[in-house]
Order: sequence, then C-alpha cells, then structure tokens
Amino acid sequence: MSDAHSTYFIPEPSRWPIVGTLALFVSFVGGAIMLNGSGFGTFILGLGVAAIIYMFSGWFADVIAESIAGKYNQQVDVSFRWGMSWFIFSEVMFFAAFFGALYYARQFSVPWLGGEGAKLLTHELLWPEFFADWPLMVIPDLEAFASSLYHEVIPAWGIPAINTAILLSSGLTVTFAHWSLKKNNRKGLCWWLFATVLLGFIFVFLQAGEYIHSYHELNVKFDSGIYGSTFFILTGFHGFHVTMGATMLMVILARSIKGHFSEHNHFAFEGVAWYWHFVDVVWLGLFIFVYWF
Amino acid sequence: MSEAVIHEEHHDDHDHKPTGIGRWLFSTNHKDIGTMYLVFALVMFFIGGAMALVIRAELFQPGLQYVDPVFFNSMTTVHALVMIFGVVMPAGVGLANWLIPMMIGSPDMALPRLNNMSFWILPFAFALLLSTMFMEGGAPNGGWTMYPPLTLQLGNAFPFLIFAVHFLGISSIMGAINIIATVFNMRAPGMTFMRLPLFVWTWIITAFLLIASLPVLAGAVTMMLTDKFFGTSFFSAAGGGDPVMFQHVFWFFGHPEVYILILPAFGIVSQIIPTFARKPLFGYESMVYATASIAFLSFFVWAHHMFTVGMPLAGELFFMYATMSIAVPTGVKIFNWVATMWRGSMTFETPMLFSLAFVILFSIGGFSGLMLGITPADFQYHDTYFVVAHFHYVLVTGAVFALFAGTYYWLPKWTGHMYDETLGKWHFWLSTISVNVLFFPQHFLGLAGMPRRIPDYSVQFADFNMISSIGGFAFGFSQLLFLYVVIKCVRGGSKVSDQVWEGAHGLEWTLPSPPPFHSFTTPPQVTDATAHS
Repeated sequence: MSDAHSTYFIPEPSRWPIVGTLALFVSFVGGAIMLNGSGFGTFILGLGVAAIIYMFSGWFADVIAESIAGKYNQQVDVSFRWGMSWFIFSEVMFFAAFFGALYYARQFSVPWLGGEGAKLLTHELLWPEFFADWPLMVIPDLEAFASSLYHEVIPAWGIPAINTAILLSSGLTVTFAHWSLKKNNRKGLCWWLFATVLLGFIFVFLQAGEYIHSYHELNVKFDSGIYGSTFFILTGFHGFHVTMGATMLMVILARSIKGHFSEHNHFAFEGVAWYWHFVDVVWLGLFIFVYWF
Repeated sequence: MSEAVIHEEHHDDHDHKPTGIGRWLFSTNHKDIGTMYLVFALVMFFIGGAMALVIRAELFQPGLQYVDPVFFNSMTTVHALVMIFGVVMPAGVGLANWLIPMMIGSPDMALPRLNNMSFWILPFAFALLLSTMFMEGGAPNGGWTMYPPLTLQLGNAFPFLIFAVHFLGISSIMGAINIIATVFNMRAPGMTFMRLPLFVWTWIITAFLLIASLPVLAGAVTMMLTDKFFGTSFFSAAGGGDPVMFQHVFWFFGHPEVYILILPAFGIVSQIIPTFARKPLFGYESMVYATASIAFLSFFVWAHHMFTVGMPLAGELFFMYATMSIAVPTGVKIFNWVATMWRGSMTFETPMLFSLAFVILFSIGGFSGLMLGITPADFQYHDTYFVVAHFHYVLVTGAVFALFAGTYYWLPKWTGHMYDETLGKWHFWLSTISVNVLFFPQHFLGLAGMPRRIPDYSVQFADFNMISSIGGFAFGFSQLLFLYVVIKCVRGGSKVSDQVWEGAHGLEWTLPSPPPFHSFTTPPQVTDATAHS
C-alpha cells in the first residue's frame, strides 16, 4: 500500500479535453452551417476535423509517454479496460438503432403500407398500387424521391461474401498478432498486424467499389427509398468504423515497430483488437440481415 | 481506519491546487469538475425556469397575451431540453463526481481527463442549442421529443438541434463510462458491492442506462438528419419508412432516460432518510435489486408513450402490462423508505424535509403514471395537461426535490460551513406549497381535456390555469432564496465537524470538511462497521 508503484496515477491538469471539446464544437458548428447551405461552413468543418485529429494525436502522445514512463500500474490498466469495453458497448447500441430501423421497416412499415393485417385502408387510401416486398424495388410514392426504381440490389454471394471472408480472416490475423506479442515475437506481431491492416483496407476498397456499382448501375442510392436508406446507413457507418479501426491498427503497428509493447503490458493493442472484433461482428450482422436474408 | 490517520496522510500530500482559470479549464480533479457540473446545472435551472415562466405567463389567461404561438412552442421545447439535459442530468453527474470517489474510498475518478471533457462539452452543447433562439425560423418548437415530420420542418435551427443532441450524448456516454470504471475498479479494500452506499449503486445502474440508451438517441437523430438533408426515407411513408418508427426509436432511449433522471434521486434520498431517522436503511439488498429491476424493465416499456399512435393490439397490451410491473419494484422502494423512518428518532432538518416531500409527492407522480399506463385510460389522458402534471410531479417534486435535498445534505461537507437552516426551511415550505399550487390543478385541467403545448385554451380552463400560473411564479421566485442560501453557505458560516450530521455514516463523513483536494490517496480499509449500510 505504501509502495509508490501501487499509487493510482492521477494525471496533471491537461489541455487536451478542452481542446477536444472546442474541436468538436467547431466541427458541429461548421457542419450545421454547411448543411444549411453555406460553403463557408465546409471550411469551418474542415478546421474542426483538423483540430480533432490534432487533439487525438496530442492526447494519445501524452498517454503513450506516461505509459512508457511506467506511470500506469495494474489498476490503471484495468480502468482502461473497463473504459474501452463500455465504449464498444455504446457503439453496439448505436448500430442497434439502425438495425432496429431495418427490422421495423421490413416487419412493419413496408407490410403495413402493402395492406397487411388491419392496415387494408392505409393501403387503399394512400398508395393502392403499392406492392410490399423486400428488397423494396418500387417505393410507395414514385414522385416523392429522386431515384426510386431499382434495377437490382447487391447479391450476398458476390463481393459481400468475399468481404465477409476478408474481415473474418483479419480477425484471425489480429489474433495471431496477439499470440506473437504474448511470445515476445515482435517480428511476428508486426507482420500479422500489417496483414490485418491490409485486409481492412482491401475491405474498404471493395466496399467502395460496391457503392460505385450501386449508384451507377443498380440505381440503389441513399435517397431512393427505405431499402437504400437502411442499406447505406448501416454499411456506411460500418465502413466508417472499419476505416477508423484500420487507422487505429496502423498506430498500433507503428508502436509495435518501435517496440512499445511487452508480453505483459500491451493494453493499447488489446483495446484496438477488441474494437476490430467489434466491427467484425457488426459486419456479420450486416451480411446476414442486409445482404443475405 | 481512524480519522487521524487520514488527516496525516493528507498533510503529506501537501494538497497543491492549480490556480487561476486553468484550474477549471484543464482540471483533472473530481471535486472541481463536480463543482463545475453543479454550478452549470444551477445556472441552467434559472434559464430553463425563465422559459417555464414565459409559458405560465402566457397561460395565465385564455387568449394570446405576450408571445406568438411559435415562440411559445419553442419555449415548451427548449425548456424541456434545458431542464433534462442541462439541469437534472448534470446535477446528478456533479453529485456523482463529488461523492462517488469519497464514498468508495478512492483518490479520484478512474479517468480524470475524460471526466473534464464530459463536463466541458455541456456549455458548448448548450451554446449550440440556445443559439437557435436567434436563428431564422426560430428555436426548435416541435416538442423536446423532436417527432418527424413536424421537427423536420424546422428552419436553420434543425442541424444545430441535431448536433447539440449528439454533443450532449457524447458527454453523457463518457461520463457514464467513467462512473462504471470508477466503481468497478476504484473501490477501497473491503468495499464490496453489497457495502456500497445506495447512491453509488443507483449511479452504476444509471450509468448502464446511459450507455445503453444514449447511442440509440444519437442513431434516431442521425436518421432525422439524413432524412432532412440527404433524401433518405426512414420516417417517410412515401419511401417505405414510417414517422412512427422515430417514436419507437426515440422512446427506446426516452424511457430509460426518465430513470436516468430519477434513479440518482432515489440514491440521494436513500442516503438522507437513514441519517435523519438515525436507523440503517431498511431492506438495503431489496433496494439494490429493486433499482436494478426498474432499470431492466425500463427497456421494455417504451411504447406506453405512444399508445394512441396506432399500434397492434398485442403491442398495446404488452406495453401496458410491462409498464404496470414497474410499479412493483418502485413500491418496494417507497415502502423501504417508510420502513426506515418507522420508529426512528427523526429530526427534520432541510435535507430531511425535502426527502420526505420527495417520498410523498413522487408517489403522487408515480400513481398518475400508473393511471397513464392503463392503455384505455391513456386514450383519454394522452397529450393533455394530465401528462404534464404527471411528469412534473416525478421530475420537479421527484428529481429536483432530491437534488435540493442532496445539496443541503452535502453542502456543509463540501464547503465546511453550515447553511442557514432557517432560510433552508423557508425555501422548503415556499417551494413545497407553491409547487403543488403549480402542478396539482394541472391534473384537473388534463382530465377535463386541456391539451398540452398550446398557447391558448378554452375559457372553461381559465380558473385552474390562473391558479397554476400563480403557483408557477411563486415557485420560480422561491428558487432565488435557494441561490442565496447556497451562495451564503459557500462564502461562510459556522464551521461544521467532519461528520456534520449526527446520524451520518459512510466514508465521505470520515474526511475533513471541506475535504482535501485529493480524497483518499491511500485507500481506507472498509469493514462492516465502517460501511454505510
């Protein structure tokens, strides 16, 4: 109890939280002005995002320096673990909202518009021509949305299946990296991490190709009815998270090359690996409920 | 562990505080951050209260008097957002920040820098929200629930509203993560879960609710944003979506949110009643389980806010029975508070008075909630002043009264000075009488059919509205007395002992008043004798 190393590390006053708050504030103000139709807002948003990146690099530089200086004892490590776990849980709930929207549209709103159950009059009075189906190829009111007729939707057993294989194998490679780390094999750690990052970016690249294909050939767009809306919001937020995860993995890779991690002390690696498994699991949900069934 | 030992260790710690504005901007100290939260909540309480007075002034008489209807609707909307996200939640987090490390015997919160950011987001998020008052098209006016399609028709304020909600969500989630990490990882040796003070218990459970529900709100408003600006059709039937879907997603957040507001209040009252009844809390374990049950059930009752929207019959029945079932654990809590007082040696200092008023008046709000939970009855009450009366009983005489009680209870500990008991009692009686004059007649208005969120009303409602407005102004101005008592106590007053209250138990009362800058640099050993319960 009196051992200096067992004292819980309380950081000195830090400017990063207020820098981060200001950066987010500037980004939100810029984004809002941009959405209200002023190009000036885009500039402010750009400034804000740059400030967010500055905040992250500065904040994490402090944390890494403290970690290397040995200021974090076991108890601090456990705090980080609790923090990261519940952060990931909050992300799960964020995706749950969009999955909820997808299920609601498929189970309730689309069948009801088609006159299912007690909703016969809804159907007759609103859009009697409408036929409920999923994927929804023809939306109820063709006039209301810009591009409402789909030619086709993306089949599950093409690129999406390949992407599933890619993400699942990246989950394996990151585990191999962890095993290497635990055996203090830095070379193996770096190569397996490199493979994971590479697979992540291949995934994003293929996904981008699918988006271009949807927009240009299939006419499935974000603004073309509920199928496109749910499809793009789910896969879009997922793709964004994969990009973030891959960026985090790159930082970990750089730190592994510098030899920051030891077999006993590598929370940063594990936190990012958890995050990577999380995007993996979300993708499985997407593959099953968005593409497959 | 004796108090003497604790004092000695803190002298070693030479208690150096950062100085100047940097002490607050860059703070990593749970007490300073807690103070900022509480001061912020107090400021917002008066801003939100001023909005409520605009509403009550307009409703003093039938007809349109002072403000135009759009502005009136902005007032109801922004009043709610300010009071929920700017007053009750920050005040609760402020108390958590101040008290949890002192109650569990830790030096600070687990993640102090994150803690700072959780706080500083709040003033900036409210700058986003309140700036909309000066924008073309006015501030948000479609109700705090932001239902589409009405809220989609908002002018330039729309993206500011959405981003303010995102921003507040980030703050709450970070705060909640910090509280969970703190309680799970920072407890002193011997401070087992079943020895935690009930305030700490209610806050862990609240933190889980925050983490599980706020991201869902973020998702809901994100879909609003894309519907408005990127042509998606989540909430448009023309594209295959459904505006009712927003209500489902929103209330999946919204119902846990009401427990986020009230559970910390339960915790505060569960600390205060045993102190002034000079008896341990009756049924500690059942209190813990009841709190957890309420939180768990809160995820399965959301659609009782939308009984009249046109749900399948099975949905109406399920959500009615699920809602009723929450009355069981809530009843357990009420009975336990009463049983704690049974044959206790009670004294009635201001914190106890507010806690007693809480138990009685919150129960009134609970019972009217039960009435609203009955589907067929709700078809009559929905969107009337009965609903307004119900949630103001649970939130004002519930949550806010508990926050008053908590402030009076711990203020001497924080400042080292006793507050002015006479003025405190004046504040209590003025508030309690006026708040009932304010909200009780609204039950009758609602049962008679007066709709909420409308600036004008039929002359048959005139009498009760006038009474309610008189109560409203009396309640509002009574709070200036509260402000005065708090400022007076911060500036000076008779010195208090470490324990402050004769019947107080728990680790926070073993620290000096005011406590040192860092609470427990060396964790105390907790035993059954020193544990709170």
